[in-house]
Amino acid sequence: MSIDLEARRPSAIELERRAFRRHQSTRSVIISLVSTVLFAAVIWFAVVNSPGWQQVQNSFFNWDTIVQAFPRVGEGLWLNIRVLFYATIGVAVVSLLIATVRTLRSPVFFPLRALAAGYTDLFRGMPLIIVLYLVGFGIPGLNLFARMPLEFWGTIALITTYSAYVSEVFRAGIESVHPSQRLAARSLGLSYGKTLRLIVMPQAVRKVTPALMNDFIAMQKDVGLISVLGAVDAVRAAQIETAAAFNFSPYVLAGLLFVLLSLPMIRLSDWYTARLRKREQMGALV
Amino acid sequence: MSAAARDAARGAEQAVLRIDNVVKSFSETEVLRGISLNVKHHEVVALIGGSGSGKSTLLRCINLLEQVDDGQIFLDNRELTDPRVKQDEVRTHIGIVFQQFNLFPHMTVLNNVALANRQVFKKSKHEARAEAQVLLDRIGLGDKANEFPDRLSGGQQQRAAMVRAIATNPRVLLLDEVTSALDPELVGEVLDLIRELKQTGVTIVMATHEMDFAKDVADRVAFLDNGVILEEGTAKQVLTKPREPRTREYLKRFHASR
Repeated sequence: MSIDLEARRPSAIELERRAFRRHQSTRSVIISLVSTVLFAAVIWFAVVNSPGWQQVQNSFFNWDTIVQAFPRVGEGLWLNIRVLFYATIGVAVVSLLIATVRTLRSPVFFPLRALAAGYTDLFRGMPLIIVLYLVGFGIPGLNLFARMPLEFWGTIALITTYSAYVSEVFRAGIESVHPSQRLAARSLGLSYGKTLRLIVMPQAVRKVTPALMNDFIAMQKDVGLISVLGAVDAVRAAQIETAAAFNFSPYVLAGLLFVLLSLPMIRLSDWYTARLRKREQMGALV
Repeated sequence: MSAAARDAARGAEQAVLRIDNVVKSFSETEVLRGISLNVKHHEVVALIGGSGSGKSTLLRCINLLEQVDDGQIFLDNRELTDPRVKQDEVRTHIGIVFQQFNLFPHMTVLNNVALANRQVFKKSKHEARAEAQVLLDRIGLGDKANEFPDRLSGGQQQRAAMVRAIATNPRVLLLDEVTSALDPELVGEVLDLIRELKQTGVTIVMATHEMDFAKDVADRVAFLDNGVILEEGTAKQVLTKPREPRTREYLKRFHASR
């Protein structure tokens, strides 16, 4: 390519088009800015001037209570982060296993396949909170295992429920890889397992990454539900602080902390989706 | 044993690939209805025939990507169709190239070519990649080694797919209409590579619609029609002086459509 872009002067028509586009986009920015500020102002005045605002502000947004509750709620959040860490690993392992089993074609594997299908049916339907009760209070009741901390059973319950969802995402990914890819891999002498691991899985995971990230973000806030077992996580700590201060502000604090926790992942997910879109649409405008 | 039978037996022994009365159906349709074909070492055999005549199915049966319903296939006198043979091991001795290239899009061209040597023949990463680089250099794709397949033109992808198939030195290379998905201007480079492979002594069975090329390169041509080999002989005989009326008709229609 020897075209010198610097030396190329746009025609008068193009210059006019550019000026018009600049004018249009300036106008759009101004309109959206003004309307956003106006909307925010209306909401603000409506809330602040509502008859109960004083009480609500006092019992939900009390700065002193928030500061006082912070160490304990923060400590609780640390438990949530640890649970999230182990649950993520657990979900990745279990869901990949189930997805793999569900895509086995041979009739020999019918019982395994049926079992995996039953598992996903059951745990996608059952509310997480019920699974938490069943696992958290039921399994220790069997007296089969040594006494484990409550958060351990909470983690198990999370893995059980989320693996059912995530395995379906993986399965969709595996089945979206064209059969000719398997054919090509097998024709080179690769075994079924190696074909799955080296050819199918890498392509499948790439295709479903946005969906996986979405499930991860959902789980990130659902770790707060382990508090129903009595584990002192951020939500439970907030509940304790709320009872002590007779003020709901610690709940708001815990909620904000969860939002902060999920923000990096949400941004990462948006960035990745945008990148995929850019690559697949090859720079098209619409 | 009569002299003729002994000669036939010896001929069969020389064959790298021996296909004996192979039958294959998909549900109600009988696609292959008793196909027999011998392919000798260093020989290039072209399968011609209309779409649906069974060319691709035959190639897939040879590579055990389809299971035959009857008949036998032998590679170096070992029966491949015996359910006791290890299919993965058999496939390492038979390379196949598809119409749609089927390169692995998540791997670089170099890793595509090195994959079988690394994963099946357990060569070291370094060795497998060095060998792959040599192959790619030879076909003029050395500078594309670290690109992903979708950055290459169709012809380049198909050539990469071909060296991927021969990277493990298979006994037979199967080519399944490898130029059918290419733009006309890209067909030449792929055909040139096939010619080159023939010169290095690769045994090739190819399903093709490139009659002129078949006439030029193939040692023998088999005309498949409705699941049987209707006519078989030297490329020149079958393509210029076909004995069977069906072959004549097919070739006439084929040339008329060009």
